[in-house]
Amino acid sequence: MTESFSSKKRTETLSGMIWKRFWKHPGAVGGSIVLGALVLAVLLAGLSPYDPQKSDLGSRFEPPSWAHPMGTDALGRDLLTRVLYGGRISLLVGFSVVIIALLIGVPVGAVAGYFGGWVDNLLMRIPDTALALPSLLVLILLAAILRELDAPLLEKNPVLTIAGVIGILSWMFVARLVRATYLSIREMDFVTAGRTLGASDFRIIVRHILPNAIGPIIVENTLEIGYAILEESGLSFLGFGIQPPTPSWGNLLSNAQEHMTKHPWMAIFPGIMIFLAVISINYIGDGLRDAFDPYKVMTKSE
Amino acid sequence: MGQYVIRRLLQAVPLLLLVSILLFILVNIAPGGPLAGRGQTKHIRPEQAEILKRQYGLDKPLAVRYVFWLIGNDWTKVDNDGDGVAESYGQSKGILRGDFGTSYRTRRPVLETIGDYLPNTIYLMTITLIIVALLAIPVGVISAVKQYSIFDITVTTLSFMGQAIPEFWLGLILILVFYAWLKNPFTGGPLLPAGGMYTIGAPFSVWDWGKHLILPVVMGSVGWVTWYSRFLRSSMLDVIHQDYIRTARAKGLTEKRTLFIHALRNALLPLVTIFALDLPYIVAGSLYVEIIFSWPGMGRLYYQAAMDRDYPLLMAILIIGTAVVILSNLLADIVYAILDPRIHYD
Repeated sequence: MTESFSSKKRTETLSGMIWKRFWKHPGAVGGSIVLGALVLAVLLAGLSPYDPQKSDLGSRFEPPSWAHPMGTDALGRDLLTRVLYGGRISLLVGFSVVIIALLIGVPVGAVAGYFGGWVDNLLMRIPDTALALPSLLVLILLAAILRELDAPLLEKNPVLTIAGVIGILSWMFVARLVRATYLSIREMDFVTAGRTLGASDFRIIVRHILPNAIGPIIVENTLEIGYAILEESGLSFLGFGIQPPTPSWGNLLSNAQEHMTKHPWMAIFPGIMIFLAVISINYIGDGLRDAFDPYKVMTKSE
Repeated sequence: MGQYVIRRLLQAVPLLLLVSILLFILVNIAPGGPLAGRGQTKHIRPEQAEILKRQYGLDKPLAVRYVFWLIGNDWTKVDNDGDGVAESYGQSKGILRGDFGTSYRTRRPVLETIGDYLPNTIYLMTITLIIVALLAIPVGVISAVKQYSIFDITVTTLSFMGQAIPEFWLGLILILVFYAWLKNPFTGGPLLPAGGMYTIGAPFSVWDWGKHLILPVVMGSVGWVTWYSRFLRSSMLDVIHQDYIRTARAKGLTEKRTLFIHALRNALLPLVTIFALDLPYIVAGSLYVEIIFSWPGMGRLYYQAAMDRDYPLLMAILIIGTAVVILSNLLADIVYAILDPRIHYD
């Protein structure tokens, strides 16, 4: 009882220290505020008086005004409302990609790195092969196939489909990172100690090593959310991602392309949203990297 | 070293083969198929579709199709008229003998089509990379030397922005500003063209080609300039605190010579490796540039092929893409060993 109490207290101090350092990083604070505001706005999209899908041909291509802060589109739909609903999709895809990549990459990397030998050789052959693929080309190909696949499950879950496609092509990076971390940690004394005390491999992998490997995993995958948002928007822009009338930041821009010289607001606002989301996530990632960096503990006397 | 390169190249063969099987399956299981593709005639009568299917060899099982694609079918008789009797030898030589097949859409050999488009991508990429190097190297060096100066802080902020801007959106905004908004004060027309490699019908002029390059190159280079200048900054910071830099200064070399000859050469080492690894991504990134600026290059060709389900063309570009990735990885290792005498492969 006392043992578990004291160990709990110690981890709290460490995570508390990381937490404190994160909030001292100006970029991380700014990023968190902007991202928080974006998420909140997107969640509150339902409060908009306009319908994101219903066209209103009486008010086509209206420039930004009090009634329509971002203007209206070719079908007279309020752009702000569509940008907010589109943000739900784009942010959800971004987070889902990372969850999918973690769900595949962490177990594969952990098992490969922990056991080493032939298990490692066999498991890492998959990411090695996948990393030889020209990823953007395959991404387009996969999305093009899935778009026409006659599967009701996929039609109902465009977010999951697109996130799956991007996730399938990005878990290898997670696996490699996790493997490398496990390879180095498994040689440490506390792992040997755990094994001597009779802890099972599963327990060592999950309870002993994972908490020590979590730092770089969190940092890299925070940044990955930003890449995923960029990838989704690019795919949707090309017409291979989220399909209209469901809005996403990418397909709103695709839609804007033909009208933008006359109605520039259609191209400006969705792009700004992508930019804000990605830059705030990158600053948060940067803050996390500094917060988790063990060297900073020693050099910075606080 | 030579042995190492040969071994790596030999290892690449089974990898390429494995990837080609994977990609072949992926390309071919796509529903719809080339007969339902967008670029094709809208309505193909069923009997016509049968004939086309036979012509393309799509009536065969997947495994047979793969073998024919790989080694050709001129060694075996195939059924051309659909009567169930294989009567004449096939025409395809297979990719191992350099025959990537015939594009469904253009009905020309795939390699010929690629030959038309590839130089345009290489042209755009070369100019873009020169601009990236010319900007990223001095910016990275100055940021490192003047760490935490206003210049450095500005560059850091700009590089965060450059990493977060969606490339295709940057292209749209560039068109908006330089094509739609800003006018040429002499002619009253748009300041810069919004697409193509040159003015169609106009006689060749360097000025005309140059004008068409500006926006695509800006769009394609912003992300990489910010990325490499950041990278070079941290790599320079590592180097300029080394003893040999102090030695260089101590023996009275000018600051310029110390930084740009002694420090930069070593700081560029890791950058070259990263660059080789990035190469496939840089090439792939040109896809958005080519689509937005109607640039007749490989990216656009691939995009069109994906829309049309032009299997032979898709496969050819994917295989070339895979080979580029594998070779870039090898190149990264080799260059690293050449530049850093401490590293030996055997």
